[in-house]
Amino acid sequence: MGYVAAKGGTQAVLHAEELLEYFRLKGESEPISVRQIQDQMRLAVDRAMGEGSLYAPELAALALKQSEGDSLEASFLLRAYRSTVPRLSYSLPAEGVRMRVLRRISATFKDIPGGQLLGPTRDYQLKLLNTSLISESSQSMHDYLSQFAHKLNGQPAQSVQAADTQKSIDGQTGIFPKVVENMRAQGILAQPPAQDVAEAMAEPYDVTRKAISFPAPRSARLQVLTQGDVGALQTFAYSSVRGYGDIHPTLGELRFGYLPVEVAHPLTGEPVEIGEILATECEMVSRVYASNEQDAEQQTRHRESSPPAFGLGYGFCFGHNEVKVMSMSILDRVISAAKASGVHGQGGAAAEEEFVLLHVDGIESSGFTAHYKLPHYVSFQSDISVLERARDYRAAQSAETAETRQQTTQFKE
Amino acid sequence: MKDKPLSQPHKDMLDTLNTLIGTTIGTNTNGHDPLYNFGFIDEDAKREVRRKLLKAVALPGHQVPFASRDMPIARGWGTGGLQVTLALVEPRDVVKVIDQGDDDSVNAVNLRRFIQKTTGIDFTIDTAEATIVQTRHRIPEEPLRADQILVLQVPMVDPLRWVEPVIERATAMHAEADYGLMWVYMYESVVSSGDMNVAAQYPVMVEDRYMMDTTPIPRYDVPRLHMAETLYVFGAGREKRVYAVPPYTKVVPLSFEDYPFTTEHNPALSCEKCGANDTYVTGHFVPDAPTETTGHWAYQCSDTSYCAKRAAASRDQAVTEAS
Repeated sequence: MGYVAAKGGTQAVLHAEELLEYFRLKGESEPISVRQIQDQMRLAVDRAMGEGSLYAPELAALALKQSEGDSLEASFLLRAYRSTVPRLSYSLPAEGVRMRVLRRISATFKDIPGGQLLGPTRDYQLKLLNTSLISESSQSMHDYLSQFAHKLNGQPAQSVQAADTQKSIDGQTGIFPKVVENMRAQGILAQPPAQDVAEAMAEPYDVTRKAISFPAPRSARLQVLTQGDVGALQTFAYSSVRGYGDIHPTLGELRFGYLPVEVAHPLTGEPVEIGEILATECEMVSRVYASNEQDAEQQTRHRESSPPAFGLGYGFCFGHNEVKVMSMSILDRVISAAKASGVHGQGGAAAEEEFVLLHVDGIESSGFTAHYKLPHYVSFQSDISVLERARDYRAAQSAETAETRQQTTQFKE
Repeated sequence: MKDKPLSQPHKDMLDTLNTLIGTTIGTNTNGHDPLYNFGFIDEDAKREVRRKLLKAVALPGHQVPFASRDMPIARGWGTGGLQVTLALVEPRDVVKVIDQGDDDSVNAVNLRRFIQKTTGIDFTIDTAEATIVQTRHRIPEEPLRADQILVLQVPMVDPLRWVEPVIERATAMHAEADYGLMWVYMYESVVSSGDMNVAAQYPVMVEDRYMMDTTPIPRYDVPRLHMAETLYVFGAGREKRVYAVPPYTKVVPLSFEDYPFTTEHNPALSCEKCGANDTYVTGHFVPDAPTETTGHWAYQCSDTSYCAKRAAASRDQAVTEAS
């Protein structure tokens, strides 16, 4: 059936939907519950929330169910839903230091105030298929959970307490100081450019309410990156650290945990905590290089005002996604460095602010890439007419050349 | 206008669409899904689009950035045109949605279904009946009037993208009307292929000021932008830009004295269905029977509604002559 044939389009679209539903169900296995996805497909849920740019674990799980696990489609469903939700208020700026940390590591120092906390990670797990999961049952799950609870409760109380006092500030469990604050105290971190500071003091640029323009403020950059497709961010970041760039990042700190969200009370203006979100945060540090492109006078001024120091790249996302925040913080650093030296793209595509920010959004890039599935026969007919014209021209040219050659030959004879 | 009886072919097409969707195209219901705001996007978003459209009308051919909300339709599938339509549409409007000139093309069906669900307004297939026509890749054959608005879905917003893909630099070029690179591009295409090597999406100068992308409408449709009675509004959702050609605006395709602008129109080709040789026709495979792989290739009008109207008129005439 022609998919645009008269009277065929509507029918085809409706039938396609029915067929799709059939394909989702035809295996006749027990329908998977949204709750199960939320609990057991934790990282897929987090990715959908991050790229859908909406913190809603249950809806993200629903989106994954509806999209049969297609992460871009799930993110898209959330993103589209987001635009129907009224924007009641902006939260107060959240500080990563207030995160109830489940995991935090630093690569810059062996020991850090509060200590390294490995937390739940697959980093050092051997990548071997666990075949016992094939026969996992409710019983085996309950057995594991009760053993685990026993292990937790069986821990000597004083050691837990000792760990707490060591690791906390203000006596709160799981609150750790930021590693970069240490560096800042040591004076090895560069002051951000004056423009960045001014922008940070102002209201953030809201990319959902205003089209991004270039050069973009850092707040816009961070928003675009945090809702970017993790694969795209990773590709750009990797290209930079593999060879098309020279920022040599080191992981200052990576943490994930529960971050309190506060809003200003509508009457008193006092901060009120309205809940916590699970989030991942990352700081990358790298040497700040003096630019060769700047003029001598500017360089001298620059040298006088700021000694060599490390620059900071920042990454943040909803849920638990470490490769995303690391890629994001590398890109933030690369773009900051490129802008500071006044040269875009000095270190390859990843250093081109516009190039990166306009190509990392998975919803936009997948939509446009997929749109070539739509009928294009009107413009293609036009393409054919131009092609035919160009062919005629080429044929005429060849004929002319042949004629000239023949004439030349005759002349020689 | 709504009281005017529909012509038979249109009534048939509408009836089929209505039966299939199980809703109400062509009959006023105001029964839009109460889960959503009228027109889906919130009133603030509509206001922003309208303001940006006013600016676009005031600066013909100039690209005006707008926020562009995320829609439940994929980016690149008409979200810009859709937001423009949703910002303009009122309950009393009658909307026509086409893709490639066809009301029943898959994406046109889908967009219409969405507008229907979130507004409950009336739809039509007859260009003359519509107050707003949303389209992709075509301008309808029938001349549009001053009381109608044509909304075009735009994939590529900037004609300079071919020669300067960096928006930051292209914006400066537009500001300074610095279009030299594009003229060189056109010149080189003449040198290499014997004529302007541009098929659809032909660049034009608007009011001698801004160079504008005409979306992938064929060259055949480009002259209709010039000194038209109708307001043309262009919406690019992914690129987050709107622009406009207001009525009676000078729109001139790029061309050289010795290489004038030409369209695809070839009077030797005529529509197999209605016989017209003064419309934009596209090549189709016509099977001998449904689902057959044997058949023949033929040209047909891409504007299906106009084609059906013409075919019906010639049938009526034949009947009159016979009796």
